[in-house]
Amino acid sequence: MKNKEPIILIVVIFFSLVTYYLVEPFAHGVMHKHVDSENFQYNDLPALTKTGNVANGQELIINAGCVGCHSMEKAGMPAPMDPVMAAQSYGVNPPDLSEAGAVYDAKFLAELIKNPAHALKVEHKFDESKGEMHPMVPFYGMGGDIDQEVADMVAYLQDLAVSPDEVTPAMAFENACGRCHAVGYENWTQIGTKPSFKHEKDSLAFDIKVMEYEESLTKYMGKLPPDLSIYIRSRSEDFLRTFIENPQNHLAGTAMPRVGVTADAADKVLEYMKDSGDTKRHEREEIGKMVMIYIVIFAIFAFLWKKQVWRDLH
Amino acid sequence: MAHFTKATGVKDWLNQRLAVETVEKVMMSEYWIPKNINFLWAMGMVLVVTFVLLLVSGIFLLMYYVPTVDEAFYSVNYTIMREVDFGWLWRHVHGVAASVVFLVIYIHMFTGIYYGSYKKGREMIWISGMLLFVAFSAEAFSGYMLPWGQMSYWAGMVITNLFAGGSLHADGLVEWIRGDYVPAQAFLGRFFMLHVLLLPLAIVGLIGLHFAALRIPHVNNQDGEEIDFDVESKKYLDGNKAESKVMRFANDFMSKDMMVVGIFLIFFFYLVFWNYSFALDPVNFDPADGLKTPAHIYPEWYFLWSYEILRPFNIDLGLVLFGFAQVIFVFLPFLDRSPNTCPANRRGTMFKVWFWLMLSNMIVLTAMGKLPPEGIFSTIGLVAAILFVVQWLALPFITSREKKV
Amino acid sequence: MENNSRRGFMGKAFGAVAAVGAVGSLVAMKKSWDPLPSVKAAGFTTLDMTTYQEGVMVTEKWRGKPIFVLKKSAEVMENEKGNPAAEARNIKIGDDNFMVAIGLCTHLGCIPAFRPAENDFLCACHGGMFDASGLVTKVPPPRGFDIPPFKIDGTNLILGEVGPEWQSMKDNGVTL
Ligand code: HEM
Ligand code: FES
Repeated sequence: MKNKEPIILIVVIFFSLVTYYLVEPFAHGVMHKHVDSENFQYNDLPALTKTGNVANGQELIINAGCVGCHSMEKAGMPAPMDPVMAAQSYGVNPPDLSEAGAVYDAKFLAELIKNPAHALKVEHKFDESKGEMHPMVPFYGMGGDIDQEVADMVAYLQDLAVSPDEVTPAMAFENACGRCHAVGYENWTQIGTKPSFKHEKDSLAFDIKVMEYEESLTKYMGKLPPDLSIYIRSRSEDFLRTFIENPQNHLAGTAMPRVGVTADAADKVLEYMKDSGDTKRHEREEIGKMVMIYIVIFAIFAFLWKKQVWRDLH
Repeated sequence: MAHFTKATGVKDWLNQRLAVETVEKVMMSEYWIPKNINFLWAMGMVLVVTFVLLLVSGIFLLMYYVPTVDEAFYSVNYTIMREVDFGWLWRHVHGVAASVVFLVIYIHMFTGIYYGSYKKGREMIWISGMLLFVAFSAEAFSGYMLPWGQMSYWAGMVITNLFAGGSLHADGLVEWIRGDYVPAQAFLGRFFMLHVLLLPLAIVGLIGLHFAALRIPHVNNQDGEEIDFDVESKKYLDGNKAESKVMRFANDFMSKDMMVVGIFLIFFFYLVFWNYSFALDPVNFDPADGLKTPAHIYPEWYFLWSYEILRPFNIDLGLVLFGFAQVIFVFLPFLDRSPNTCPANRRGTMFKVWFWLMLSNMIVLTAMGKLPPEGIFSTIGLVAAILFVVQWLALPFITSREKKV
Repeated sequence: MENNSRRGFMGKAFGAVAAVGAVGSLVAMKKSWDPLPSVKAAGFTTLDMTTYQEGVMVTEKWRGKPIFVLKKSAEVMENEKGNPAAEARNIKIGDDNFMVAIGLCTHLGCIPAFRPAENDFLCACHGGMFDASGLVTKVPPPRGFDIPPFKIDGTNLILGEVGPEWQSMKDNGVTL
């Protein structure tokens, strides 16, 4: 009698794969809108035409009043108020600008300075006719060529920041996302990393500060931005990347701003999220390889054993 | 009173007290297996191995899991996934095995249907098998509650609501099952108990029953041939191994079982390390939120076909048909009126078509159960659900007209 | 009696391969029982030694265990003079002298109570007694209080870290 096992195996694999294809790739393709990445080009924003001058930029940033709200720790300029108070005033704590030049795209920074709501793609939230203004005051120019002035400011920010390849995952995340999103599993809160306190009382006092901050933030955003500890597992990496690039593409009308990170910084942000939510991925990869090698050897020995035992049977 | 003599060795000592040799013969070396069977008969052993994987990984998860609504999610996603050394491995093994076990169960079931292995003295094997299916389903569902993510919560909400019985409005029953108005602490606590104690006990008992049911009729074979096991085993024991139609379970068939297990494990561990999302649904990595339903909710893939039978109809009819789908497989040995015990392909066109259509239709139902119930998917789902019911109603008529082959 | 389970060579080889797998999984199981990183990280406690008052016994906590901290008065120091066992246990931070020890009776692990009037410790479980420097004065406890690993950092004492002072106590058999 001829051996039917190969054909049976093919039938089993065929039906299993069809089922898998239908319930996984196909069904998820139907359920989730596909959004193509724009490669962090920010093509909707005007290109930078001027070459900036760092020294001018520095002067402009101080004179234009940026440091009235923003700190620049690296340049020795501390925050004018603590994060909780800042959030009460502006809805969210204005970021420290020390590393902005390395984390954010230059075109995006330029547009942000001139027209924050547009750069951030949150114009739907602010209706100027009703007096709803974006909390960041646009820069109207200091009398010279505004494009040149903005280019100078961007040049200064880039000069102040570390070089782009020195941006760490935590730096990228904390700058771009960390003032709105907590990451509990990394001890990150919107007002910074939670220290370990000796006394419960101090720990609770810190928690209360975070809650006060979150209260202002919730008022400003409409709802509290979620804790991102394991978003790398609950959303796909591809979703997160395209979402960070332009939240409106996925969730039209969302209060989350476009944060304007460079492609490299986006990678760093994702790496941070993997460290938090998929901490053991390298170990999984390594152990996985070892287990596979072992199990193949196991199968080979089982096969040889079977061959030996069955030799007498036929 | 039995007579005991001074033992000649450990084996003899045990033998006098526990009859280990007789047990070994009955269960292993003189448990005769037909030679004309293929690797599909190794699926039972694959299920045993998968069950052991579930048990071992489950034990390790249990040591760090905290069954409270405030701590469950954290204990799984932080403590087990980040803190416990190899905790991630136990979780991935457990999740993937819980999903893959159903694939193997379905292969095992359809093998039984295809070869008519539920007939002529094998009814109890089939029935105990279906009871195992039910127990595994309950085990899988209760386990799905434990991480207390969004899918846990909303699956718990939806499935418990089924018990309201549609227009019967048995809301009291639903609240009793939950111990609350919504799935909450009482619910989590009792499903935790079911998952780690009562259902595993039931499953172990049912596996025992399933094996006991196999012992007297022996396993079927791929030709539906009736084998005289006494005559054939005698040939084997007399040294005519090659001529005999049977072989020992151990080591003869066992060695093949192990070979199939080896190949299965290659596939299994590939999934564990590189392709696990189908079994550990991303949506369940969001913590339970009783005020927000996820955009798409669907059961795990192995429940989809019966879920789809519920969906296209109004609530009462849907529930009736859902109930029908849950129990109808148990009655297969009695609905199949054919005199034949042989592969579906040799039982005449009618049953042949019935079998392949049933298999394909269940896959269609599975796919539609996951897709959003809109447009064409709704229509296909409705047709497939009706076809499923019609096929089962037609089974006795089709089979009673079957000619003896 | 006939042995039906002649496995032959390949059977043994396969058995050996399977056993290797079993042992491998035991390694993973063993590691799953190791103390968690958070437990290990919590294994360090910093005490600010300027906050203690002479003669007042304070119980701190380190790795879940009670830690006795007693700042010794000049009078106690005077008593200890000439008693090398007591002097060896003394922990000097700046000008202050301390008894710091794990507050578990070395007999069977009860927590002895401090008696301010007598300036000593009495274990209620089986009547063991210790003096203010932590030495046994009455059996059954076999030895004085154990001293937790510590490192002196200015006026802070870091429990859980090994400093030279503790290392020499350990090398000289002053504590386990
Ligand atoms: C975890 C659950 C199960 C385990 C551990 C299990 C185990 C086994 C084993 C070891 C065998 C003998 C070898 C073989 O023929 O594959 C077997 C046979 C069988 N099982 Fe299962 N089984 C399970 C579930 C089921 C289910 C859900 C059904 C379907 C209702 C089922 C129906 C059968 C039938 C009909 C046979 C006899 C096959 C024949 O005689 O050819 N079993 N099972
Ligand atoms: S435990 Fe203290 S004397 Fe026994």
